Amino acid sequence: MGGDNRYLGYFYVAPYVAGLLLFTAFPFAASFYLSFTDYDLLSTPRWTGLDNYHKLFTRDRTFDKSLKVTLLYVFMTVPIKLAFALLIAVILNYRLKAINFFRTAYYVPSILGGSIAIAVLWRYIFAKSGLVNMIIGLVGLEPVNWFGDPQNALITITLLRCWQFGSAMVIFLAALQSVDKSLYEAASIDGANPWHLFRYITLPLITPVIFFNLIMQTVQAFQEFNGPYIITEGGPLKSTYLLPLYIYEKAFKSFDMGYASAIAWALFAIIMILTLAAFWSSKKWVYYAGDKRS
Amino acid sequence: MTASFDLNPQNLLSTSEPATAMEIKLRRRGRISSAMRYSVLLIFGLIMLYPLIWLIGASFKTNSEIFASPSFWPKDPTLSGYIKGWETSTPYTFGRFFWNTFLIITPKVIGTAISCTLVAYGFARFDFPGKRILFMTVIATLLLPNVVTRIPQYLLFRDIGWLDSFLPLWVPSAVAGDAFFVFMLIQFLRAIPRDMEEAARVDGANTLQTLFYIVVPMLMPAIVSVCLFQFMWTMNDFLGPLIYLSSIDKYPVSLALKLSIDTTEAFDWNQILAMSVLALAPSLTVFFIAQKYFIEGISTGGVKG
Repeated sequence: MGGDNRYLGYFYVAPYVAGLLLFTAFPFAASFYLSFTDYDLLSTPRWTGLDNYHKLFTRDRTFDKSLKVTLLYVFMTVPIKLAFALLIAVILNYRLKAINFFRTAYYVPSILGGSIAIAVLWRYIFAKSGLVNMIIGLVGLEPVNWFGDPQNALITITLLRCWQFGSAMVIFLAALQSVDKSLYEAASIDGANPWHLFRYITLPLITPVIFFNLIMQTVQAFQEFNGPYIITEGGPLKSTYLLPLYIYEKAFKSFDMGYASAIAWALFAIIMILTLAAFWSSKKWVYYAGDKRS
Repeated sequence: MTASFDLNPQNLLSTSEPATAMEIKLRRRGRISSAMRYSVLLIFGLIMLYPLIWLIGASFKTNSEIFASPSFWPKDPTLSGYIKGWETSTPYTFGRFFWNTFLIITPKVIGTAISCTLVAYGFARFDFPGKRILFMTVIATLLLPNVVTRIPQYLLFRDIGWLDSFLPLWVPSAVAGDAFFVFMLIQFLRAIPRDMEEAARVDGANTLQTLFYIVVPMLMPAIVSVCLFQFMWTMNDFLGPLIYLSSIDKYPVSLALKLSIDTTEAFDWNQILAMSVLALAPSLTVFFIAQKYFIEGISTGGVKG
């Protein structure tokens, strides 16, 4: 606002700055430092140089396994979840009368999905004689050993996250509803079919939202903890032992804070590289229509 | 002509000319595909929500019935899951755990609402040296995985003696620590015209009065969204309490639920399911009462989850 002291804004953002320094910036730097130390909480951190990272990338089979599982989990979850979210949003956008009802119904899992209670429910419905196998049995198929088989266990926690596609769907829906209808009319007159309309009008116009969802979902999927911790407990044979689980156990079970920080930084580096790659590639496929981004 | 096929009086009235065969075909095709859309949505929605429906039904079942049929309807309904589950195998009832959750949520939600409003106002309405960089840290924090800062945060709280208390669970949020909410409120504020605020300033109100009497009332829907999301996420938060709380008498509902899986005898399934229903009840209730705020908040700010 004109005429005010140019430092007045600091008064309002002061809480944020204090929190940023104390709870984000300082821990961020400390975490980086700790990743080069050996620290068991009892004695002071001992500088060990690159030892942690060296061990991580050369001798730690658990890390290898955990990293593979994490990447598999993220690359399965994010595309499936976003594809579902977009598909349902497109169907809902067809001027259906019950749009509000369905939007609410599909959003409920996103509200509850992070809860421990839902993880508990997942344990029950994928149990050997649980709901899913009972329904499979009704169709006459053999029951599936969901938690005993390493390949199936990861599917159960992937499904848990895909089940929560509602929040991404609501964001897609808001974007779809803001697409200028006259564009469709103009293209229809020129003889475009519904697929053309979607492919050449809708899709380019909602790329900013696809990009946003892609980044947010990826960053979050890399940090999934509750699902594997409660439902599969990382097993069987570490087939659902995601990196956040490994970090948690190293840090708060074996109190190996230095090594845990190194794993956290390895995870952070992966997320950063993928995010930067996404930002870099976005220049090629994300379309900002006359948008002056501030 | 074929106009008599169209029995909708509105269409008969609105079109002065009889519909051509082509138009009728298109309309019929439209009706079929809209019926198809509804069926897809209904079937898919049912598959998605059935686990929740089953959960509620199963919490009233006897233990022997839970794994006996895929139907959600209990044959002989019983409250024993709720009664025994509420008592838990600890010296405390679930009442205690709900109270603890309440003690964490209340300061966290209030602190978040106040601090994020102040900060968003500062960013959206003032210019000050370094604002650009500071705003970039908001975006960076938004994308920063918590995993990186968690260990030093733990060490920090240990050093100032906050372990096994509720403070680490809400204080960071009370200083606008959840960048997402700051971001969301800034987005909302940018969409609100400044005329009223400028008029108030001309009349001699200072910036704090302007915030309080002009901006906050207009921003209220967004602030309510922030409170609702914070409420829901805190209900769901598990890793925070898992790391910071060690005494059972301080456990919130999420930890207590994990404890009851670990300690309840292997065949007392209905107790765990009943307590899961209770754990979900607050979020569900709040969501159904205030769903419009959730949808608006998420559509404007974009959200995680």
